[in-house]
Amino acid sequence: MSFRNIRAVARREWNAYFNSPIAYVFLVIFLALAAFFTFFIDRFYEFGQADLRRFFGWHPWLYLVLVPAAAMRLWAEERRSGTIELLLTLPMTPLEALLGKFFAAWGFLALALLLTFVTPLTAFYLGHPDPGVVALGYLGSVLLSGAYLAIGLFTSALTRNQVISFILAVVIGLFLILAGYPPVTDFVARFAPQSVVEGVAAFSFLTHFDNLQRGVLDARDLVYFASVMAFMLFATQEALRGRAAR
Amino acid sequence: MIRVENLEKQFGRRAAVRGISFEVRPGEVLGFLGPNGAGKSTTMRMITGFLPPTAGRVTVDDLDVVERPVEARRRIGYLPENAPAYGDMTVEDFLDFVAQVRGFDGAERRARVSATIERCLLGAVRRQPIETLSKGYRQRTCFAQAILHDPPILIMDEPTEGLDPNQKHVVRDMIRQMGREKVIILSTHILEEVEAICTRALIISAGKIVADGTPSDLKKRGGRERSLDEVFRELTRTEDVAGAARREVAP
Ligand SMILES: Nc1ncnc2c1ncn2[C@@H]1O[C@H](COP(=O)(O)OP(=O)(O)OP(=O)(O)O)[C@@H](O)[C@H]1O
Ligand SMILES: [Mg+2]
Repeated sequence: MSFRNIRAVARREWNAYFNSPIAYVFLVIFLALAAFFTFFIDRFYEFGQADLRRFFGWHPWLYLVLVPAAAMRLWAEERRSGTIELLLTLPMTPLEALLGKFFAAWGFLALALLLTFVTPLTAFYLGHPDPGVVALGYLGSVLLSGAYLAIGLFTSALTRNQVISFILAVVIGLFLILAGYPPVTDFVARFAPQSVVEGVAAFSFLTHFDNLQRGVLDARDLVYFASVMAFMLFATQEALRGRAAR
Repeated sequence: MIRVENLEKQFGRRAAVRGISFEVRPGEVLGFLGPNGAGKSTTMRMITGFLPPTAGRVTVDDLDVVERPVEARRRIGYLPENAPAYGDMTVEDFLDFVAQVRGFDGAERRARVSATIERCLLGAVRRQPIETLSKGYRQRTCFAQAILHDPPILIMDEPTEGLDPNQKHVVRDMIRQMGREKVIILSTHILEEVEAICTRALIISAGKIVADGTPSDLKKRGGRERSLDEVFRELTRTEDVAGAARREVAP
């Protein structure tokens, strides 16, 4: 595997975000929504609790829509404009190309997340949150965005149509959220044995994200997110192999 | 050297390429001729490893393009049909990106990019985003990308498409000159271009080779000297009407 190829593609993709309005629109909307949910819907100040669980609690829902929007162009646009033919006939493997795209987009999502630093600062000003828990919250959020991104990258490789890519990614993401969403799991628990509910919930983003939010660092949660990403990136590679179907 | 053996490509139930074999050696400029939909671009896509063949084999300097794709591609410069390029990048950044992947670094990379920009007369637009370029300039940018690493093998799908007469002349001169030591395959619908730059021409019709020879050989087919245009029409007309229609109905 050639790191220079991965880096070259990553740099190109990173610049592509900032060469277009996508980056700025995305950053503004992400920050505005994160602040809106946290401060207005949850009335962060009124509760006066210097607890960031509510802030992070919104992230799975924010990412559900925003990450597919940031990911949909990654391959679909290459197909539509025909540049995929250039990219995949350069001396580089499809894996290098897709990793370059993945890291550029993940870096971009991490940047968006980093820019929410005002919220924890406010919390530290209002009270005494545990810095370790805040750090784990951010770690969980970064991993979560990477998992969503890997799904978006995959659906983007399936089609030249960005809208279809977006919708597919949202549906898959929604499924992975709902499998562990309390109203859903409570409902399922009415007629299914507990082991089934837990088995399904183990597939959910929410289950593993919550552990990190609570400040619990468990290798199983890290392995879960890493596996989702690895699996989806592998699926993307296979989707690119079948690229003959334009 | 490029060796193509019994190459076939099937899209669903439609056969786009139906058993093509040929060899091209350094010093040859091979022109692909053929009606729309004959399978020229599909053949090129298989040679460059973009599309996997349904059957048959392509080797580039004895490297199988399916089994050793990265090494094979290092030797190839490819100008795809419709000259795709990243619209959000400037000409210079785009060529710099290609140079990075082609393995150039530091001062050498800058020198390569600059030299290629000059060679392809892109100096006036080097800082312009590609999406704002005129068609001809975009074509030249993609052409520049193909020759940047001075590859021993060049595959060009309609390289003069959309160029003005002056530019056509410049590009043809470059191709002729590069053809002295490289292996070049190009496709074109301009028959005079074939006579001007190709040392050999393949006429492809309905996914098969129907004629193979030097342009002057082809003109002498059937005993008397005719224009290439006439020969082309005679060899491909039947396909155009009946053959193409028949193949299009297949889903
Ligand atoms: N991805 C694809 N899926 C299905 N059919 C395809 C695909 N690509 C090409 N074809 C079909 O294969 C045939 C050959 O197409 P190709 O693009 O190779 O023709 P061509 O000789 O380059 O024509 P032109 O002169 O118009 O460029 C056509 O019938 C085309 O519709
Ligand atoms: Mg073509």
